[in-house]
Order: sequence, then C-alpha cells, then structure tokens
Amino acid sequence: MAPSMEKGSSTAPHLFSSRRRQVLQGRRATVVSAGSTLLVVIVAMVLIWQAPGGQAVREFFFSPHRAWEAFVGNPSKGIAAVGRGFFTNLWMCLVCEISVLVGGLLLATARFSRSPWLTPFRLASIAYTDFFRGIPIILVLLAVGYGLPGMQLGALSSQSPAVYACIALTLTYSAYVAEVYRAGINAVPTNQVVAARSLGLRPGAAMRFVVLPQAVRNVVPPLLNDFISLQKDTALVSVLGIVDASQAAHIYGSLTFNYAGYTVAALLFLAVTIPLTRWTDSLISKDRSRRLAYTS
Amino acid sequence: MSDVVLSLRDISKRFGDREVLRNVSLDLHENEVVCLVGASGSGKSTLLRCANLLEDIDGGDISFVGQSLTADGIDPDIVRRHIGIVFQSFNLFPHLSVADNVALAPRRALGQSRHVARDTALALLGRIGLQDRADDFPEQLSGGQQQRVAIIRALAMNPRVLLLDEVTSALDPTLVGEVLDLLTELAVNGTTMLIATHEMSFAQQVAHRVALLSDGELIEIAPTQQFFHDPQSRVTREFLARVTKQ
Repeated sequence: MAPSMEKGSSTAPHLFSSRRRQVLQGRRATVVSAGSTLLVVIVAMVLIWQAPGGQAVREFFFSPHRAWEAFVGNPSKGIAAVGRGFFTNLWMCLVCEISVLVGGLLLATARFSRSPWLTPFRLASIAYTDFFRGIPIILVLLAVGYGLPGMQLGALSSQSPAVYACIALTLTYSAYVAEVYRAGINAVPTNQVVAARSLGLRPGAAMRFVVLPQAVRNVVPPLLNDFISLQKDTALVSVLGIVDASQAAHIYGSLTFNYAGYTVAALLFLAVTIPLTRWTDSLISKDRSRRLAYTS
Repeated sequence: MSDVVLSLRDISKRFGDREVLRNVSLDLHENEVVCLVGASGSGKSTLLRCANLLEDIDGGDISFVGQSLTADGIDPDIVRRHIGIVFQSFNLFPHLSVADNVALAPRRALGQSRHVARDTALALLGRIGLQDRADDFPEQLSGGQQQRVAIIRALAMNPRVLLLDEVTSALDPTLVGEVLDLLTELAVNGTTMLIATHEMSFAQQVAHRVALLSDGELIEIAPTQQFFHDPQSRVTREFLARVTKQ
C-alpha cells in the first residue's frame, strides 16, 4: 500500500478553480465577448463617420435611398437593377458549377488512366490543367467571348455572351477542380486499390467503385472552396458586356455619380458567400473529428 | 491428395538489387492446406503476391490447374477471380457497408445481379455469425470481425485457392482465436489454402504440409508431423528452436 493512500482524505488536494475563473468561464464570458465585439464595431463605424471625408463616404457609398434605387433599378432613367444583375451571377454560378464538377472529374480520371489507348487523353489532361491554371481568368473570358464568335464556326460562333462566359468559366475552373479531385484520389491508400484488384475488379471498376467514392468524400471541403471562388468570379463576366451585379452597379455609378450600387453588389455577394463559407468550415471540422475518431 | 491446383516452379523475384525469392518451388493440391512459415522478410508475402499475379515474377513459372500463368494472353484480372487473397491489414472498403464489401466483386467483376450478390453475401455473413452487422460499416466492427469479413469477401468469389497473408498479425491477441477458428473450419471443409503464418500451433493443427522460407529460399517442405518432429534441415531445426523457446 502506498503511503499517500494511508493518509486518507484529510490531505486531499484542492481541485476546484478559483471563484474568479469560474465566473469568467461561465455565462458572463458570453456577455463580455459580445460586448467587446460590439465596442470594436462601434469604434470602427465612428472612425468612418468622423473621418474628414466621412460625410462624402456616407453619401456616396451608404445612402439607403440610393442603395434601394440601385437595387431595384429605374427603367425610366435607364438604370439597371443590381438585384436583377445578381440573379445573373447566381444562375451562371450554378450552371458552371455543375459543368465544372463533371469536367474536372473527367480530367482527373483521364490523368489516372493506365491504358495505352488513353495515353493522348492523359497527356492532354496534364497539358490542359497546366495551361488553364496558368492564365488569368479574365484573359480566358476575353479569348472565348471574342474569339469563338470571330471563328465563324456556325452555331458555336453565334451564341449569346452569357454562353461564352459560362464556357470560359468552365474551362478555367475545371482545371482547378481536376487538381482537387487528383489530390483526393492520391489520398486514397494504395491498399484499397490492391484489395480491389485482388478481387478481380478491372482497373476502371476499381476506380469507379472503390477509389472515386472515397476520393470525393475526401475533397468536399476544398470543392466548396472553389465553388465560393467561382461565385465571386462570375463578376468578371461583365467584360463581355453582360449586365451582372457589378456591371449594373457600374452603370448606376456612371449615371448618378453615386456608388451605393457597389455596396449593394458587395452585400449581395456576401449574403451568399458567408453562409457558404460557414457551411464549408463546419464540414471541415466535422470531417476532422470523424478522421480523428477513426485513428483512436 | 489429388490433383495439383497451384504449382510454383523455380520462382525468382527481385526488388531492385535485392533478391527476395530464389528458385522457390511448391505444389498445392486440391483440398490441401499448406502453411508457409519463416521469419519476417523471408519472402512469404512476396510469394503469395506473385502467386496471384499482384507482383510480376522475374523467373520461373506458375501454373494453375495445369495452365501456365506466364503464357501470352493470360488476363491477370480473371486469374485473380479464381485465386483469392486476404491481407494482414484487412483492407475492407471503408465507404461500403459490410454486405456491400462482400457483394462488390461478385457484382462488378462477375456481373451478378444485386439481389443474387446480396443474398450470397448475407449467407456468408451468416456463416460467421455477422448477418446482423450486414449494414454496419467496417470501422464499427472489431479487428477480428473485420478480418473475418475480409476472408468471406474473398470466398464470395468462390475461388479455387485462397491465399492468406499473415491474417492474424495485425490483431489484438484476444481476437486472433476467432480468425483462426474460421480458418480451421474452412480447412475441415476442404478449402484449398496457402497460409503464411507465425502461429506455429495453428499450423500444426490445420496444415497438411508446412514449408519454411528463409532469405527467399524454400528450405524445407514436409508433412506437418515430420516438419515439426523430424525436420531434415539444420536451418529448420534452428528456426523451430527459436520459435518454440518463446
């Protein structure tokens, strides 16, 4: 029997945290953190308001009346609605996201093909991702938007700018997403492939039923990251004369000499990207805890 | 003992400069169980992986029910449907339920319908007492249960030969028994098996013959009683002395 056991409970150490710590860690901590956040926000707003040009900033960027006018538009004055323009950003993002997920997957699987017949596709996939990841997206937009119509290729050359914009965004983002898939495929342990092949599955079946399902689960968070970037980059389609939210805000600014439209456009983008970002983060942390649970 | 099912002739295998198998010859008969013993790194795993063409051999020949597997036009994917293998690390598919793990290859390699493959899988799971875990995922099972599922996943392809690569080495000692019991049951029912193992008492119980590999060479292959009680080679005697001392 150890000596400390014989001494009994009279010498038991004090194991409770101090009263002060308990209060700090309790509900009061929530109140304090909310209060300090509010204080910082107020100080930032006062700084903007009290700056020498504060009056002008309020008028040019934050006038509620102007913001509303920019949001709903005014056809009689030829003012395009930022809200309507944002609808263009939204549908373009959704359409492109679907074609990007498919295109990226095709590129990634082509890269992992072992069949000698598919060698040209494997090489083309590598060249493609290198090329499109390496050029600014705005140049791709201009090249497709003005290049394809100029080539006089029948139906391919007589589409609306929105179609060219979607093609350009898909071309570039497929390259990014292909790399994400590739990382996911590489992260699947070789053992899994060996197990699948040892059961007599063909390479294609092993890829489709064993590797890809695991790879896609691995990369949902980074795929959502690219989705958020794509959503923002739809603002670039204005270079093709498409009136999206940012272009509508620009038009509003040049007609009224007021920039509230830009603020409205920014808020609309944030209204979509912030929830998406929060969702992505929660998926990442869930995924992390799931993996940690695996190893224990 | 009847016909030779799997015949390894003068198998040689190199990884770079290192020679891991040197002229290994071994015949496996129908309904026979042969245990491969030897120190870690002696080439047991490599021999098994060569036998179902997961590794290319550098010399020698493998024949399966009389057909040379080094002949032109042999399709390794088809060969592997007849020669099953189970690994030390289970390698179950973590994204599929237990039943789907067992049913995947029958469906996707043999083209069985979903119902037929699932029924077979459930029947096999019933044999190992895990039918009520059919829709669980592998990580919800214990190591011993996972390894038993891996064994019946290989059996679902109805192979002529089953290769087992140290299937109890990654298990908690308390879980080894249930896996060895399953193997013993398979042996009694006449499953043709080539088993790489460190479990000497198990080998003594189930094997018809035992083979010792040392540094990539087949030192001795003999009927089980003779191998353990009257080994011919000095290397075998030393090996047995080492493993029985523990």
